[in-house]
Amino acid sequence: MKTKKWCFVYVGVITAITYIPILVTVVYSFNESKISSVWEGFSLKWYAELFQDRDLREALINSLILAVLSCFFAVIIGTSGALGMYKKKSRLNDAVGYISMLPIMIPEIILGMVFLSVFSLMGLPFGMVTLVIAHTTFCVPYVYSMVKARLVGMDKSLEEAALDLGASGVRVFFDVTLPLIAPAIWSGVMLAFAMSFDDVVISIFVTGPRVNTLPVKIYTKLKTGVTPEINALATLMLAITILLLIGAHLIGKKKNK
Amino acid sequence: MMKNRKSNWALLAPMYVFTILFVALPILYMFLLSFLTRAEVWGVDFTFTLDNYKRIGEPLYLNTFVESLKLAFLSTLLVMLIGYPYGYFMARMSAVWKKRMLLLIMIPFWTSALIRLYGWIIVFRTNGVLDKLLMGLHITEEPLKLLYTYPAVVVGMVYSLLPFMILSVYSSAEKLDFTLAEAARDLGASSFKAFWTVSFKLTLPGLLSGVILSFIPSMGLFFIADILGGNKIVLVGSVIQEQLTKGRNQPFAAALSAVLMVLTTLMIRIYRKVTGTSELEGLV
Repeated sequence: MKTKKWCFVYVGVITAITYIPILVTVVYSFNESKISSVWEGFSLKWYAELFQDRDLREALINSLILAVLSCFFAVIIGTSGALGMYKKKSRLNDAVGYISMLPIMIPEIILGMVFLSVFSLMGLPFGMVTLVIAHTTFCVPYVYSMVKARLVGMDKSLEEAALDLGASGVRVFFDVTLPLIAPAIWSGVMLAFAMSFDDVVISIFVTGPRVNTLPVKIYTKLKTGVTPEINALATLMLAITILLLIGAHLIGKKKNK
Repeated sequence: MMKNRKSNWALLAPMYVFTILFVALPILYMFLLSFLTRAEVWGVDFTFTLDNYKRIGEPLYLNTFVESLKLAFLSTLLVMLIGYPYGYFMARMSAVWKKRMLLLIMIPFWTSALIRLYGWIIVFRTNGVLDKLLMGLHITEEPLKLLYTYPAVVVGMVYSLLPFMILSVYSSAEKLDFTLAEAARDLGASSFKAFWTVSFKLTLPGLLSGVILSFIPSMGLFFIADILGGNKIVLVGSVIQEQLTKGRNQPFAAALSAVLMVLTTLMIRIYRKVTGTSELEGLV
């Protein structure tokens, strides 16, 4: 009993510390003063400024397009790859599977460096195309590994039963296999989306002069000097994240009942 | 049978083509590039050389490697000390609390890494939140000037990497049968001994996986050192970035990346040998 109390205290304290920078950012986003160490009263002016910032809005749209496209390709490549490799095991398949996981196993900077040099060798113009290719490489592993894990735990006899009852291969896929692996695809996509939407390191290397993603834009802003606008942006992004996560949590709860 | 094989190849084709074209070949090109020469004006000359690797041996760059490794070790050690008990305790909570804690961990994890670091700038800056607090409590008399120092970078690293460790240990400890440790205690083992010989051993894969998941990225997270360390702390990642952008020296950047890559692969190898599994626990 006593140890249990200790557990809670420890976990609680550490969790509280991890929330300090977040809370500080939220509080200061409502600060009237431009110097963030001084509190000069409540104000929404940084939010107003944020909504008028065209560059940031453009960067946000770019980031969303990038994340959606990368996830789309990752779902196709990762899901079909996992299915194909599950049906027939071979050493070649294992090797390709291993290589496809490399993008999330090696430090991001290597991937960024690799793509910068390869794209300049190929003469591809840096912009949305290069961003999508680069992001897809690290989105595939999330979908692939999730679906793979799900397939391993799946009851093979369900597919066989459907085949025995005369269903065509395509029909079995859409009526049996897909519904079974859909949750895995979904959790893979959620992770991949978050990683793509948040990526700075790789994007910096493969983005063009005219295309900015949101994290790249924030990074350059942070390096050049602090604007309280970023506080407002951070608060908004945080609010959206919390809403989405709580939504997912509640949906999960309902399903469990 | 024939038809089945054909359809299987159709399934595999996107994965094969994409992986070979955009992962395998680019990485091979990086190794090739590391033996080439930088062109006079722009780009790369296809002349073989070992100079890039020799250059890494120069004190300036060797030192950067050593410093990066040191920072990565220190950060990983701290992440381990803080994250292991956290993940372990979390696994012992009731189902409802487990879910709540996972949610609490996921929220910062899912908000932009940059934005979370930005919060630390506000906390650490001279006369910032921390200084105000400490001076208000009369613990310190003067501002600590923590921003753009080594400790600030370590805090940023630990903070960014902690969730990986917690989730790895948690997923390992969650599968653990806690009655085993109780049985050991009933048989007369001290609570420490019961933990050490039973629970710790069984959660070791999660711990090691967390170590790898924190150590590997920590070598490349140049933006943390950049934002919280100013230009004072130079890591391998920063050098690679600098060589690519300002230095326009792709071959040298490739050589640095190649060394980093070999180090990383070695670590994953060791992990697989030690734990006997191929997947990193809690990776996804």
